[in-house]
Amino acid sequence: METILNTTAEDAERLDIVVVGHVDHGKSTVIGRLMADTGSLPDGKLDQVRAMCAANARPFEYAFLLDALKNEQEQGITIDTARCFFKTSRRHYILHDAPGHVEFLKNMITGASRAQAALLVIDAQEGVAENSKRHGYILSMLGIRQIAVLVNKMDLLEWDERAFRAVADEYGEFLGRLGVRPTRFIPVSAREGANIVDRTDQAPWYDGPTVLGQVEEFERLEDDLDRPFRMPLQDVYKFTASSDDRRIYVGTIETGRVSPGDDVVFLPSGKTSTVKSIEVLSGPSPSEAYAGQASGFTLDTQVYVKPGEFIVRADQDRPHVATRFRANVFWMGTAPLVSGRRYLLRIGSSKVPVELDEVLSVLDASDLRSVEGASQVERHDVAEAVFVTTRPVAFDTADALEPTARFVIVNGYDIAGCGIALEALEARGANLTRQRRYATGSVDSAERSRRYGHAGRAVVVVGEPVEDVTQIAARLERRLFDLGAHSYFLGATDVGEERQVLDRDARLSNLGEIAWGMADAGVVLVTPVGDLDRFEIGQMRSLAAPHQLLVVGIGRGAPDLDADLEIASVTDPDEAVQAVLRALTAAGVLPEYEI
Amino acid sequence: MNQLDALEAKSIHIVREAYRSLGNVCMLWSIGKDSTVLLHLARKAFFGHVPFPLVHVDTAYEIPELMKDRDRLSLELGFNLIVGQNRAALEACETFPEGRVDRLTCCRKLRTEALRHTLSGEWPRLRMDHVRGELVEDTDSEPFTGVIVGVRADEEGSRSKERYFSPRDVDNDWDVDDQPPELWRYFKTDFEPGTHVRVHPLLDWTELNIWEYIERESIPVVSQYFATDGRRCRSLGCEPCTEAIDSDAGTVAEIIEELRSGSLSRIAERSGRAQDAEDGGGLETLRRDGYM
Repeated sequence: METILNTTAEDAERLDIVVVGHVDHGKSTVIGRLMADTGSLPDGKLDQVRAMCAANARPFEYAFLLDALKNEQEQGITIDTARCFFKTSRRHYILHDAPGHVEFLKNMITGASRAQAALLVIDAQEGVAENSKRHGYILSMLGIRQIAVLVNKMDLLEWDERAFRAVADEYGEFLGRLGVRPTRFIPVSAREGANIVDRTDQAPWYDGPTVLGQVEEFERLEDDLDRPFRMPLQDVYKFTASSDDRRIYVGTIETGRVSPGDDVVFLPSGKTSTVKSIEVLSGPSPSEAYAGQASGFTLDTQVYVKPGEFIVRADQDRPHVATRFRANVFWMGTAPLVSGRRYLLRIGSSKVPVELDEVLSVLDASDLRSVEGASQVERHDVAEAVFVTTRPVAFDTADALEPTARFVIVNGYDIAGCGIALEALEARGANLTRQRRYATGSVDSAERSRRYGHAGRAVVVVGEPVEDVTQIAARLERRLFDLGAHSYFLGATDVGEERQVLDRDARLSNLGEIAWGMADAGVVLVTPVGDLDRFEIGQMRSLAAPHQLLVVGIGRGAPDLDADLEIASVTDPDEAVQAVLRALTAAGVLPEYEI
Repeated sequence: MNQLDALEAKSIHIVREAYRSLGNVCMLWSIGKDSTVLLHLARKAFFGHVPFPLVHVDTAYEIPELMKDRDRLSLELGFNLIVGQNRAALEACETFPEGRVDRLTCCRKLRTEALRHTLSGEWPRLRMDHVRGELVEDTDSEPFTGVIVGVRADEEGSRSKERYFSPRDVDNDWDVDDQPPELWRYFKTDFEPGTHVRVHPLLDWTELNIWEYIERESIPVVSQYFATDGRRCRSLGCEPCTEAIDSDAGTVAEIIEELRSGSLSRIAERSGRAQDAEDGGGLETLRRDGYM
C-alpha cells in the first residue's frame, strides 16, 4: 500500500482524472476502493456507511461511500459528477466520478471535460456495452488521450485471461477506429480490491501496474506556451469612478504568451494595437503573460472593442474569421438540433447567433457507422454538421489549435451541445434580412420628393459618449423640421445589451425595417443608436436597402465604424448638426438653398 | 504553472465571468478563511477594485472580533458591504441559544432564511456608509441575481457535486438531479428570469490549498483560527455552535504543517460545526433549502 507523505501545493502538481463506465459496471466501487485503500477517507466514514447499510438491511458496498446524497442512494446510480480528493507521495488528485447512465451523459461530459486522463470501467462478464463505446467517443472528442481501461469483476470469471483478452481486444479495436490508443488494460476486481491499490496474485499472467500505479503514471499536460497566442477578451475594465484611468483588457490566455511591446490584433474586428503593460494587483509588472493565466493588460492606444473578440499576436498565425464552418458536435439537449432555429454559439468569450446549416452525417455511437441524410441531430447523437452565424466569428480548427476550436451551443437558456470546429467555409446566407416584404402604392419616391422638397433618408447616429449621440440626433430633427423638412426622431432604439445577442439581432432587424419604411415614406428619420459596431452598421445598411443610410460616427472610435461622416469630438453641437446637414445636401437629400 | 497558480487563475476567470454575465452580482462574505481568500481573488481579478458588494448575514451570535474585522476591512479596502439579518426571529427569540428551537432550525432561520430574503431584497438591509464609517439602512432593495460563494468541494458530500455556476429556481430550489452541463471554460450564464445563480470559484480548492494560498499571498485572517492554550477553530460559525479542536498550530505555517502531517486528515473539517451532526445529513438538508 502506498503511504501518504508530505506534499506541498507549491511543488506538487494536481491531476484531474475522470472515472467513467456504464451503469453497474462498478465504477463507484473502483473509486470507493481507491479512496479507502489509500487511506484517503476521514475517520469513521467507512463505519458510518457500514452502519447505514446495516440499518437499511443492504449489503455494504464501497460504492455507497461516494453516494453522499440521499436521493442518489435510493436510485442506486451516480447521477452527477462528484469530486473526490486524494493524494499520494507523488501528487494530488481529483477523481471525477462521472455517471454511467445514458440519461446523465451531460453530467459525464461535465466531469470528463475537467480531466486530463480517464479510467474507463467495463464489466468483464457483461462485456462492452453500447454506452462504453459512447463514453470512448466522448472522451476522444473532449481531447482526452490518456485512457486506461479497467476490466472489472474478474473474480466472477475466476480471473480467466481469455475473457480479459476478449474484452481488451474488442474495445481496443473500437478505440483504434477513433484514433485513440488506450494507455493500458488492467484486470481488476474492485469489490475485492484486487489490482486497485494492492496487487492480486490471482492473475499472474498480468504484469502491468495496478490502478493506483497507472494513475501515478498518467502525465500532467502542461499549458501550451509555445503555440500561437490566443486570449478570448472576457471584459474591458475601466474603474474611472475609483480614480483609476487604466483601461484593462482581461481574459484567460488559452495558448501562447505575450509581452509588453507585442503587436496584437483583435478578431473578428481586425483592430490592432500594442501591449503596453501587463497589470497585476501589486508588485512589479510582469515581463510576460502566458497560457493558463487569468491576465489583463493595457494597450498603447485606446481600442474600442467589445468582449468576445479573440486577441492574437500580429507576428503569429491567425485564427479563421468566418460566418460558416464545419464541425463535430455532440448534442445533449432534450429537443433535437434542427435547422431554421436560432441558437447561440459560444466560442472563446464570444456569443453569436447560429443556425444549423446542414447535417453531413450522424455517427452511430455503437458501431461508428456514419448515417447520411439526417436532417437533424437527436439527443445523445454525435454528428458532423455545418453551422452558419449571423455575424463573423473567430476560431481555430481542431487540427491547428484545439483549445480555441472548442465551442458550445446554447438553446434557450441551456448549453445543449458541444463541439469542435474542423474547417472554415465560404459565407452563405443567414445574414439578417427583413422579415416581411411590403407592397407599396402608386405614389413613387420622385413624386414624394417634389411634394416634400427633399428625399427620404435614415440618418443613424452612432458612437460615444451616448449623451452626445442623442443630443446631436435630437437637435438635427429640430433643425430639419425648422427648415421645413419632414423629419422624425426615433430614440427608442436601444438595441440591447451585449450579452443578449439574440435579442440584439431581433431589435436590429426591427430597426432596419423601420429605417427602410421611413426612408421609403420620404421622411428624414434621425435615430441615435449608440454602440453599433462596424459589422452591425453593415447589417443596418443591407436591411434598409434599396434605401441608403447616412451613418454619422461620433467620438474617438468613429474611424472604426465605416461611417459616412465622422465627428471625432463634439465641441459645438450646432456645428456638428451643420456638418450633418451639409452631408445630407451633398448626398442629394436636401436641396442646396435650404441650408 | 503550479497548483496554486492554476487554482487562482481558474477562480479569477470564474469571478470575472460572473461579473460579466450575471447582472446584479454580490459576493457572500463570512469573514472566515475561505471567503476572505475569495475577497483577495476578487481584488486580483479587478486590480484592486471590488465592483460588487460583499454580503454578510449577521446571525447576532457571531464572534464579536469578527464583526469588528468586517467593518474595518470594508472601510480600509473601500468595498461596499451589505448586512442582512432575520430580525423577526431574533425578536421572537426563536433561536437555539434561547432554547426555543433546535440547532438545525436555528441555522435555517438565522442563516438560510436571512440570506434568502437579504438576496431577494424583501427584508431590510444595512449598508456601510463610507463617509460616516458606520452601517446605515440601505435604501436599495434590488434583488441580487447572482451570488458568489466560497464553498469548496472537499468540505462534504453535497458540495462535491456542485457546479461552478449553479442555478436556483424561483423557490430557491437546487435541482441536484438535473444540473446544467459545464465544460471547458463554458458555464451556464444564460438564465430564465426569476432564477438566481450561485457561483462557486473555490470549488476545486482544498483546505490545505486555502492555507497555502493565505501564506503565499500574506492574506490577513482572523485570530480564532490560531491556537491558544492548545485549542483552535478550524471552521467558524456562530459562537454557540463552533467548537475548537485540539491543536498547537499558532501560525499559518503551523496550520499548514498540521494539515500536511495528516494529524487532521481523518477528521472532517466541519466536525466542530454542531448543526452538521443533527438529522443524519444536517448540512445537506440545509443546502437544499438554500444554505451555502
